Amino acid sequence: MITKISELIEAASWTRVLLYTILVLLALFYLMPVYMTVITALKHPENISLATSWFPPRQVNWSSFVQAYQKLIPNFTNSLILAVSGTILSAILGSLNGYVFSKWKFKGHETVFTLMLFGMFIPYQIVLLPLFQTLRRLNLYGGLPGLILAHVVYGIPITTLIFRNFYARIPDSLVESAQMDGAGFFGLYFRVMAPLSVPGFVVVAIWQFTQIWNEFLWGITLTSHSSNPITVALSQMAGGQATTWNMPMAGAILAALPVLLVYILMGRYFIRGLLAGSVKG
Amino acid sequence: MNWRRHKDKFWALLTLFPSLALVGVFVYGFIGRTFFVSITDWGKGAALAENPTINVIGLGNYGQLFTGFLNARFRQSLVNAAFYSVLIIVGAIIVGLFLAILLDRQPAGESFFRTIFLYPMSLSFIVTGTIWRWLLSPGGGINRLPTFIGLPPLRFRWLSSEGSILTFNWQNLPFITGGIVAFVILTLAYRSWKSGQEKRAASMAGAALILVLWIAFGRGFTPKILPYPEEHGLNLATLGIILAAVWQYSGYTMAMFLAGLRGVSTDLREAAELDGANQFQYYTRVAIPMVKPVVLSAVIIMAHISLKMFSLIFAMTGPDNAETGHPAVLMYLKSFRANNFAVGAAIAVVLFLMASLFIVPYLVSAYRERRA
Repeated sequence: MITKISELIEAASWTRVLLYTILVLLALFYLMPVYMTVITALKHPENISLATSWFPPRQVNWSSFVQAYQKLIPNFTNSLILAVSGTILSAILGSLNGYVFSKWKFKGHETVFTLMLFGMFIPYQIVLLPLFQTLRRLNLYGGLPGLILAHVVYGIPITTLIFRNFYARIPDSLVESAQMDGAGFFGLYFRVMAPLSVPGFVVVAIWQFTQIWNEFLWGITLTSHSSNPITVALSQMAGGQATTWNMPMAGAILAALPVLLVYILMGRYFIRGLLAGSVKG
Repeated sequence: MNWRRHKDKFWALLTLFPSLALVGVFVYGFIGRTFFVSITDWGKGAALAENPTINVIGLGNYGQLFTGFLNARFRQSLVNAAFYSVLIIVGAIIVGLFLAILLDRQPAGESFFRTIFLYPMSLSFIVTGTIWRWLLSPGGGINRLPTFIGLPPLRFRWLSSEGSILTFNWQNLPFITGGIVAFVILTLAYRSWKSGQEKRAASMAGAALILVLWIAFGRGFTPKILPYPEEHGLNLATLGIILAAVWQYSGYTMAMFLAGLRGVSTDLREAAELDGANQFQYYTRVAIPMVKPVVLSAVIIMAHISLKMFSLIFAMTGPDNAETGHPAVLMYLKSFRANNFAVGAAIAVVLFLMASLFIVPYLVSAYRERRA
């Protein structure tokens, strides 16, 4: 500790001071929306005015949170069901696919893989109308199962990509020696790959959970009112013209809480998923 | 042994099959279907009928969108989309690179700062859009910040301004596009000339010359795409949305650049320092050229994200605001409010082609790299 402080003093040349000044100012800028959201959510609606928008509340009022919670809890539950089941299913599919693409290469596997990756980059408007019609035909339109199906299918490319890159780092010699011991396709997966996959599953789970929780376009086009995910409900809560801002701000905090918790607790894995989004590597 | 390997291969392919089938239908099948719907009249608006009579009408929907009297809004959203993409890509890359360089200096509390710069990335566009709408209210939020240092408040109407800059006449679009294409071809020609492929460079320069000649003298014989002049430009109301998007995504580019900067070996850094390079020179001459491939990836990823602006615009100005519109928003309105699936599909195709312009070359080059 002592050495660290002396190092700090030594390094405190003017460039260091400048560096920290800029960093602190930028950090304030990045945190500004959080500050504004929290103080607005804690104000009495009649005390919210544009002129005093930056000042903290004189009296803390928690009732906006209670109201927002009561309004949003059905949608919060919907999003939880959606995100958890969608994440589990697409992680399993991605893991199996990644296993095949990294350890059971077949002729043309790179081409097939690239064609699959394409699905990750398309603007989803290009599949929205047929998706809508197909779900209607299958009687899946309006409810959560249809939305889960959509998230699982369009999650296949990214989960496959992350697992493929992850498994590529498991040495082939390990695979070969297991095969010598008589392990077949599934034996190898369950005895060698799956036990080593935990970090891969964490990265994929965090990524998919965040994506599905935050998704809006399918939520608003493919579900009926009672199955709306939280993003849709929040947009409706904030959308009206005569909005008092305490409610939308409290709602925004509720809608952000799960993903923010995941990010703060498991940030390292979140960044890995993020960087996996850039295909090369 | 051989038989068992065949059996295992069979299981491998069988495992892959459901995913391939799903992606085949839900990605490629649906893209094809949307292309088809876009060249029909979709039962003339009876989109919600169980079995509408569908007539193929060719490229009529596209013609209407690009040149029809009633579709000025589509043309403005297309222009908006271009400005959204360019400004968000440039903004996120510059801010992200700047943040990455700051953190590359290894300040105390580096991971704390990294967490702060990156947290917006984990949030939904609906959450951040709702918050930024409040921050950008004309009489409060950001506009009041100058009053804390004794200045008068800003008066800019972030999300409701009706002003527009960099306006151009839609009738000139073919020539403007031609100019941009000519510029790109000339750049490529210059690059192949430098790498010694003179023949290729000459033919490309020739093509660019033809384009330039057409731009200079072609107005007389090129048919007009609109019978009347129509102004489009960068709507000032989009700037607030762009600010929010850059705030949200610069952490992403920061993470990419930071990984790249950390990849520059310490040997190289020490060598640069031995050669007398100061920190500024180290970044401009050594580190930034080294992370050029990251810039390319960042451009692709930000381009792809900027085409997914639907939710941010929806949360910040609502779907009905024409000033801040985007083809993705208009596609939603045409399909799900006006029940005009054919036009909605045509807009989706335009959006898809714009995205493919970035994605296909990227995927092809990644494919080649993996094969090499």
